[in-house]
Amino acid sequence: MEIFKYKKPLSLMSKSKRFGLLSVAVLVFALGLIFTKGFNYGIDFAGGTLIQVQYEGKAPIDKVRDAIDTDNSYEGATVTFFGSEDEIVIKTKMSSKNLGEDVGDKVRALLKETGKFEVRRVDMVGAKVGSELREQGIMSMLLAILGILIYVSFRFEWRFAVASVLALVHDVTIAMGMIVLFNIEVNLDILAALLTILGYSLNDTIIVFDRIREGINTIKNPDLGEIIDESVSRTLSRTTLTSLTTFFVVLTLFMFGGEIIHGFSFTLLVGVIVGTYSSIFVASPILMWLGFSVSGYREKQAIKLKREKEKEKMRAMYENGTL
Amino acid sequence: MKTLNFRVILFAFALIFGVVFSIPSLTQSEQGKKITLGLDLQGGLHMLLGIKSEIAIESRIKSMAASVKYIFDDEEIIFDELRMVDGEKITFELLDSDDVTKATALLKKELEGTALSQNGLKFSLAMTEEEIKRTKLNAIQQAVDTIRNRLNEFGLAEPTVAKQGEDKILVEVPGIKTQEDEQRIRELIARAAHLQLMAVDEERNARVSTMSAAEAKSFGDVILPDVNTPEKYLLRAIPVLDGSMLTDAKVGFDENNQPVINFALNGQGAKIFGDFTGKYVGKRMAVVLDNKVYSAPVINERIGGGRVQISGRFELSEAHDLAIALRSGALLAPVYVMEKRSVGPSLGADSIRSSSLALMLGFILVVIFMILYYGVAGVIANVALIGNLFLILAIMSLFGATLTLPGMAGIVLTVGMAVDANVIINERIRELLHAGKSIGKAIEDGYSNAFTAIWDANVTTLIAATVLYAYGTGAIKGFALTMSIGILASMLTAIVGTHGIYQWILPKINKNKLGFWFGIRKEGK
Repeated sequence: MEIFKYKKPLSLMSKSKRFGLLSVAVLVFALGLIFTKGFNYGIDFAGGTLIQVQYEGKAPIDKVRDAIDTDNSYEGATVTFFGSEDEIVIKTKMSSKNLGEDVGDKVRALLKETGKFEVRRVDMVGAKVGSELREQGIMSMLLAILGILIYVSFRFEWRFAVASVLALVHDVTIAMGMIVLFNIEVNLDILAALLTILGYSLNDTIIVFDRIREGINTIKNPDLGEIIDESVSRTLSRTTLTSLTTFFVVLTLFMFGGEIIHGFSFTLLVGVIVGTYSSIFVASPILMWLGFSVSGYREKQAIKLKREKEKEKMRAMYENGTL
Repeated sequence: MKTLNFRVILFAFALIFGVVFSIPSLTQSEQGKKITLGLDLQGGLHMLLGIKSEIAIESRIKSMAASVKYIFDDEEIIFDELRMVDGEKITFELLDSDDVTKATALLKKELEGTALSQNGLKFSLAMTEEEIKRTKLNAIQQAVDTIRNRLNEFGLAEPTVAKQGEDKILVEVPGIKTQEDEQRIRELIARAAHLQLMAVDEERNARVSTMSAAEAKSFGDVILPDVNTPEKYLLRAIPVLDGSMLTDAKVGFDENNQPVINFALNGQGAKIFGDFTGKYVGKRMAVVLDNKVYSAPVINERIGGGRVQISGRFELSEAHDLAIALRSGALLAPVYVMEKRSVGPSLGADSIRSSSLALMLGFILVVIFMILYYGVAGVIANVALIGNLFLILAIMSLFGATLTLPGMAGIVLTVGMAVDANVIINERIRELLHAGKSIGKAIEDGYSNAFTAIWDANVTTLIAATVLYAYGTGAIKGFALTMSIGILASMLTAIVGTHGIYQWILPKINKNKLGFWFGIRKEGK
């Protein structure tokens, strides 16, 4: 089977402004959501307690709410179904430092009259740990980006690095916007998903950039736009196929992986789509806008090559004893 | 036919290695190294504990005071006004100026890490900065050891207790079956198990019900409640001795067949205890545990041998846990919960089921897709993918790594991303075939052209995964781990392995059937 058969390069760069505008519009929308509505932080980052309870049969959610309301310390607690009708999740901002006094134990006592149930999960995060985790999360994101920036600069050129990082920021920001839009609770797993998007989207971008790097060295025409068109078209098949296989598995994870990793797989799903789009339509135009010059790069490469040759010559002379 | 090449042999070895070492994990056999399931998959309790190290300092001061009293009594140095001030230092006054040299020399010799300052006959004894630091460090290390001992004695399978950062303790206890068990374990961990034997202040005890804490303090006393009744006791604040001199604690039964705890003191403790009981016959001595009075019997005669009993109307399980706590030693400083996650075993089983289902479905989808799209080349990629999965399992088994729910997600994701290398290579080969290159040349050039792209892409993903591993906690670390192993393994299986297979079968590839071998549509159709 061959779906994306390469015949002639697509003319993408001439339409780059349109894609640029589209990206900027989505970015503004995402940022607007993040700054107006804000993240719905889960207990990992905000602190609090989450209790997952499974009933035999349908969970009597109203009874549970009433039972919880009888205790003042649960003010503001929410009770929602979780995945199915027999399971509920109780969330409260409260956390208890005392090992003997457990929120889970208390809830068990409160719910005694509501039916036959099993407490399946109790997560409690103190407020201090929550803020520490949040700081660590931001740190890890920045560190990952920094590491990538350094590596790509080293392997390619600084403009490639900046372009790939801007594409990353684009992807992660849009993914975060979607998280806000769909009111996904932000916990540690979402952070992991965002970091995975970072790695994944970069993976795609690198493949395209690698082809551009190759094109610079092999294609005679020094027009960057045409080199980019050629390279993106040549890798289009691969980009789409890999995205498809990854999309398949993330989709199965989203559909069958269970309620607990729902947010995680949702974020990845968004990431795969946006990451694929950005590596085709966003990263390369940025490279052009940054003023990457093919002839300049070639000159530099030539100088580098010349210097190496001279060095080799010197070494040869040295070894021959003529120096 | 071309003979086997080193690549395909290497791949075969990797495959055998992968299968052999993943068998113990897959069959869950008793023997061999296995993957440990994370707490989120097998159920269990994960806690991050903080420690109140200032309490360790305070109790250190307290035991210093007890030592001072004991040393002076022993050497017949007369003193008065021995007090603790704000839990920071102790003060006392010598009554005979002839004792000053002897007393300072003794204190210097017996009490390390203290600073003594003098004002006439009034002295104050405090801990040095260094000693305070050391005590705090010691408190956390001791808490780690103590909690570990307690959990081990409780008979739990492989609990993890480790220091995390400078002042936190990570506790992970897998395999807890019920919420009640969990509660018991939590209480066992939290138990300070701070045992003190304290003298009742018989002169003033009659007034205890009306006395304020401040007034008691002014006499050098404390008011502590009884564990079962509302009764209160007025006790000398500086204990006769504490649990640090305890050598053993066991559950026993008294004459009424009620559970009690019998404990034994070490030589020094037995001597102090004997001396004290000999001196205060007819008075009461309270057995105090975690600042509650369990009993306050009247001393009938001198008690030698250092055997003491705590009775306090215990439940049998309570006495059992308490004896464990006493045996494994007191916590120098109390711990508190900063983070707690507990997962019931049924939820863990559900998570395993659903994530395995996702893994299987995703895998099948990818395998079918690759065969449809690439023909035999797709089959080869799938062989590499299977090899990759076995390698991930084998490497994780060998290191005894922990598989978490996000870790499962990492494996699922690896399935999607591992075929990427083969997609890149196959696309390159097709491109070269379209350009009219021979099959052998197309394969060799395809691999060399694709290599830099695959390499750079994998390295950057690894950078992200490494950061995730370094900064992530618990379950998230598992995700970074499986993804990293998956990427590294894919370098071997997807690049080296498939290349070897192509070289091996090259003579058989029919150049007129490229559709079958590489999924290429014939030109001109």
